[in-house]
Amino acid sequence: MTKPLAVPVDEDHVRSRRRSIKDTMLGLAFLGPSAVIFTAFFFYPLYRLVWLGLHQQNRTGTRERWVGFSQYADTLTSADFLDGVRISATYVLYTVPLGLVLGVLLAVVADRKLRGIKVFQTIFASTVASSVAVASVIFFVLINPQVGYFGDVSFLSLSDPGSALRGVALSSVWQNLGLTFIIVLAGLQAIPAEINEAATLDGYGPFRRFWRITIPLISPSLMFLVVVLTVFAFQAYAQVDILTGGGPAGATETLVWKIFSDKEPSQYGEGAVMASGLFVITLGVTLAQFRILEKRVHYGA
Amino acid sequence: MLADVVSVSVSRVLFEDVTKSFGEVVAVDSLDLEVIDGEFLVLLGPSGCGKTTVLRMVAGLETVTQGTLRIGNRVVNDVEAKDRDVAMVFQSYALYPHMNVRKNIESPLVARHFSVDGGAPRKLTASERSQRITQAAETLGLASLLDRKPAALSGGQRQRVALARAIVSRPAAFLMDEPLSNLDAKLRAETRLELVELHRKLGTTIIYVTHDQVEAMTMADRIAVISDGRLQQVGAAQEVYDRPSNLFVAHFMGSPPMNTFEATVAGGGREGEVTGAAGRVRIDAGPAISLPPVGSRVVVGVRPEHLRSQGHGQQGRQQEGLRARVSAVEWLGYERHVICDVAGRTITLREPAEGQAPNLGEEIYLDVVANHVLLFDPATSERIP
Repeated sequence: MTKPLAVPVDEDHVRSRRRSIKDTMLGLAFLGPSAVIFTAFFFYPLYRLVWLGLHQQNRTGTRERWVGFSQYADTLTSADFLDGVRISATYVLYTVPLGLVLGVLLAVVADRKLRGIKVFQTIFASTVASSVAVASVIFFVLINPQVGYFGDVSFLSLSDPGSALRGVALSSVWQNLGLTFIIVLAGLQAIPAEINEAATLDGYGPFRRFWRITIPLISPSLMFLVVVLTVFAFQAYAQVDILTGGGPAGATETLVWKIFSDKEPSQYGEGAVMASGLFVITLGVTLAQFRILEKRVHYGA
Repeated sequence: MLADVVSVSVSRVLFEDVTKSFGEVVAVDSLDLEVIDGEFLVLLGPSGCGKTTVLRMVAGLETVTQGTLRIGNRVVNDVEAKDRDVAMVFQSYALYPHMNVRKNIESPLVARHFSVDGGAPRKLTASERSQRITQAAETLGLASLLDRKPAALSGGQRQRVALARAIVSRPAAFLMDEPLSNLDAKLRAETRLELVELHRKLGTTIIYVTHDQVEAMTMADRIAVISDGRLQQVGAAQEVYDRPSNLFVAHFMGSPPMNTFEATVAGGGREGEVTGAAGRVRIDAGPAISLPPVGSRVVVGVRPEHLRSQGHGQQGRQQEGLRARVSAVEWLGYERHVICDVAGRTITLREPAEGQAPNLGEEIYLDVVANHVLLFDPATSERIP
């Protein structure tokens, strides 16, 4: 009590400043690892992409000259790019709704307390452990026009330009089914039993309960899946490369396939521009999905 | 408005030898119980005793393994939940989080068919539904909250929405599964009163599950005490408290619980005596009761409020009663609980918090209010007689 009042206040001040410096250092230390990884694998490649798009390479890709934004304008309006956009968008429409519906159906079927249901849950989820290459090889065996078991199913025929993309899409649907199943099942199991019981007492039949209760309550999972499956579909490459190699007649040349394949070193700039285009399209579609779906999604109380 | 809300259905619920087993486990064992039309019946018991299973069988959420369950005069064993004309309030309220209050209250009206003015059951029109929603919301003071989502409501408000959703369908019986357990103590006390008031207004049968004896005693017309899947006793609160039919009920009802200790009958007749390790207790058994023969072993039950402490501070004055050593004193403002050691058993005495409290370790004598002593058979644990 004999100490002057100002001294302890000053000490407090120093202590709090020291602490805030310490907190800042700690914060930076926590950010460090992800900052390094993002810089190395995201920000720098993105910068290189934009830079490559502004230059044209020589035939061997050893030198480049500045061409500016004209390359962007030319490539993004080229028939080749627009064709790729059309095929990729079609691919999204083939894979996302079908994959989502099938995944939800499987999850609803498997969301039951029955003896042995774990076996089915494991089987339904198993495709999550397969790679694109595995899925593609399986579908190659199934629907390849020459050797496939279902090679003569014209609806999926890989040798017909009109149906080849559907065949490729089916392999993606199958491959992503496990992921969709797991996430929807987790969403279903997070619905409190009492909510379903209340709906039963309210006289809701299975269909009404599904549309009025189940779907709204798993909407966060569904929204996540719509976004992720759309991004996956825009990025489709390996399945195209393995199953059709972009053919027949370029009918399965998705945007990523166009970016990566059949590019001479002198076309690296064009590829970079297309990649930037894909980035902007994916970003735009994802943002649009968030804006449209967010209003209809219910996140728990 | 009220006349509209009042149910006209006959809503007796009758259990006849009802058993429910889950595989090997028998959750409810040969239950015989009549819930009288219009009464507020509380199913009381410790957790896991089967009381919720009883309620869920009435709701139609569990099937009846054996026996007959009637609502009104109808056997409902095989009737679907939605056709049983009952409404349930869940412990978690089970409100639909994506619907606003109006939609939540409307929910039981949308899919089911209702008989209006005695006509054939049909779907309600939109205006009939909105009229009922308004009524239910007004009854529970929710009129200003109709457009909110449950997430934007307090616990008490959510509880009211759950109640409104129950009354809007004007069921024959309300089934409530610990509906107050998620509220804080103050709100719980208020809501107890409101539930009693609601029951008085609507006159509809309520079957109410709880493990909280205070809720049971304050609200119930009758209490059915359940343990291990068996009905132990059913009766008005005071009857169950004053005349517990066995040791389980004696211990379960009352806080602190009834004191019990073994003793031997030392004197027969109407006014008898029992002796235990700690002393003698005089019993005034009342005219209708005959004591077991002298020499029988009995379990003596005395409520904490029927013990008087003699002579703390005046040592050795009293030689009758039970010799006790004070091991703790709990002070609750209006009363105190003196916890004593009596010949190795813990005996609790409840007394007004007046005067000097006994000291820890002090030896006191406990006098028993003779006409409140209960005797139980140590073999069957049933009350004598």
